[in-house]
Amino acid sequence: MIRDFFRVSVVDLDSGRMNVAEHEGRDLVAGGGGLAAMLFREYGHADRPWDDPDQPLIFAIGPLTGYFPLMSKTVCAFKSPYHDQYSESHAGGRSALSMRFGDMDALVIKGRARRLSALCIGARRFEIRDVEFLRGRDTLSSGKILRSMFPGSGRRSMLRIGPAGENGCAYACINVDTYRHFGRMGAGGVMGSKNLKAIVILGDRGFALPETPAYPKLFQTLYQQLTDTEIMNKYHGLGTAVNVAPLNELKSLPWRNLQATHDPEPGGITGEKMAEERLLRNAACAGCPVGCIHIGYIREQFKKNYQYRYRQVGYDYELLFAVGSMLGVTDSFNALQLMDTVELMGLDVMSAGVALAWATEALEKGILTEEQTIVPLRFGDAANYEKAIVHLGRAENDFYALLARGTLKAASVLGGADFACVLGQEMAGYATGEVFFVAEALGFRHAHLDTGGYSYDQKHEDKDVRRAVDFLVEDEKKRCFLTAMVSCLFARGVYGDDMLGQALESVGYARLAQDQDSVGENIQRLRWRTRIETGYDPDAVDIPKRYQEVVTWKGEVDPEYMAALKREYARRIRELGKPPEE
Amino acid sequence: MKKLSAARMEQCIGCHSCSLACARLVHKQLSWNKAGIRIRSSGGMAAGFEAKLCLACSPAPCAEACPTGALSQRKGGGVIQKRKLCIRCGKCAAACPVDAIFLDHLVNPYVCIHCGRCVAFCPHDCLEMKEISVKEEGAS
Repeated sequence: MIRDFFRVSVVDLDSGRMNVAEHEGRDLVAGGGGLAAMLFREYGHADRPWDDPDQPLIFAIGPLTGYFPLMSKTVCAFKSPYHDQYSESHAGGRSALSMRFGDMDALVIKGRARRLSALCIGARRFEIRDVEFLRGRDTLSSGKILRSMFPGSGRRSMLRIGPAGENGCAYACINVDTYRHFGRMGAGGVMGSKNLKAIVILGDRGFALPETPAYPKLFQTLYQQLTDTEIMNKYHGLGTAVNVAPLNELKSLPWRNLQATHDPEPGGITGEKMAEERLLRNAACAGCPVGCIHIGYIREQFKKNYQYRYRQVGYDYELLFAVGSMLGVTDSFNALQLMDTVELMGLDVMSAGVALAWATEALEKGILTEEQTIVPLRFGDAANYEKAIVHLGRAENDFYALLARGTLKAASVLGGADFACVLGQEMAGYATGEVFFVAEALGFRHAHLDTGGYSYDQKHEDKDVRRAVDFLVEDEKKRCFLTAMVSCLFARGVYGDDMLGQALESVGYARLAQDQDSVGENIQRLRWRTRIETGYDPDAVDIPKRYQEVVTWKGEVDPEYMAALKREYARRIRELGKPPEE
Repeated sequence: MKKLSAARMEQCIGCHSCSLACARLVHKQLSWNKAGIRIRSSGGMAAGFEAKLCLACSPAPCAEACPTGALSQRKGGGVIQKRKLCIRCGKCAAACPVDAIFLDHLVNPYVCIHCGRCVAFCPHDCLEMKEISVKEEGAS
């Protein structure tokens, strides 16, 4: 191991200085989400609003980061501008390895810079520079300028925000190395509130390897499993976009603001069509040989006489759902064009797509006017959606500024809450049934990856409340340990308890290897406790009426079963989040 | 005599598995720098990736610049490294025309020795080990 405690870089944007703090607790919280929650309790303020300058923005990696393949993610934790409660978002890119080689287990950023600034930090580097000239700049052109300001290609991770983050959008993302994102729950808004346009992490150190023969042997085994076997084929081949066609067939793909769960003509947005017609190449996070990032292209004629411009755009299942089926856009070029515009603005693509789907139906129903939406939003009309995304990112008028706070916030002022597709936040693309709806609505991150609720729906027809909630709680606990590592969740088929135990032991964390279950539960409880202390009440979460109107392969949604699931899951969450006994 | 080349970098996904493997297996380090091959984007991820590694020059400017014989000419191209002889002057890195030698903060040089151990760790078949002909000195 590199160390049995945590080395934390604590940056204060008010003073422009940095402190290196050492924290105990490796055997209790492991790293990642567990470490982030522990650090929020140390540096955060449950009773102050998310944009209080003293609130921390936390990035944390795990004990296996860099040592093994697919331990390639970073946890970002913060008080969310979406609901003013503690939350997490996860991303890869080069961020995790840059932090590892930048010699930090976590980075805590507090305070607020006087002017728009960029932070550059590494094992032997600390600098805060004024970048006021980047205000209002999109993520792509900002990246180009920042790259020339902070050299270090190949060992550098660049986190940056677009106009949406600067404008305090509640679902602004942090762009990580162009193709990855801390997407959900508004981490970009927190960076914006700190006047922080970019964070450049330089990974410029190296560490001695464990001297035991177990480590290189295990690395070889794991690497082979991840590259030579069928396990990861799905992620490398068509990528998660492979889900579009089967979920559509299973009546579980949200279409046109979830007015339908199936469409006979998904057009060009299936994984197969995307790969055959639009895929340029694959890319990977640093430290992951799988290469699940799929990059397509758009080509546009900007002038007569065959003058074209082109862009490379990353796509995935969730993007194809959010700006594809949810907006009724089935042309692949159009879908990629919308993804690109969302990217430039620095918005979370799922929230932006779902918010605009709601706005489209609200306009249809006369709840909104064209004066408010500026452009006439119509399902399938990509050109107007492209303009609307820019309006949303730039908070162009009162309506878009309100919608940027969240769909249900807008609906609470304007009406139309019944058909807002919000499950804690704007939904993910799995209209699989009651278990998923409840799991995402109440789950810690309101993410489809908090638990496998969507998968449970696809495999179970029974309506056993206790069994379903037991699954959610147990599955979350296991994921808590994995996201403390911080493993990519695509690798969960490879990194079972035994393999994780061997990996931890081979680099010197024997105690963590033995205590996976209790550490997982400890992290689960710690995260819920922190969340509840910042104001979360699972009973107060509404599941809008639209979810009672959904028809899946199992038939119509059963409102009573859904209500029972919600009651029981809320009870279990409250139990998990209870303060520990003295 | 074999030579490593990054022959198909347009297939690279930027996973750094090759650098990590070199650091791990050759240099016994957990690093993506302390390696004979390093991966970088060429102006952002959208522009794709390039590999920094020894191109097996013959004669090798780095070996000619080395004052102690820590780097010596390998037959056919490239260098043989004897770390114990290195005085960490950094002249090798300065002499390399393609920035293939990495110097850590203690000015230890890391250079590809064309052992090929990274090849098996490239998931996209970007790297290639090929036999090179060794010309005798003075031969035309």
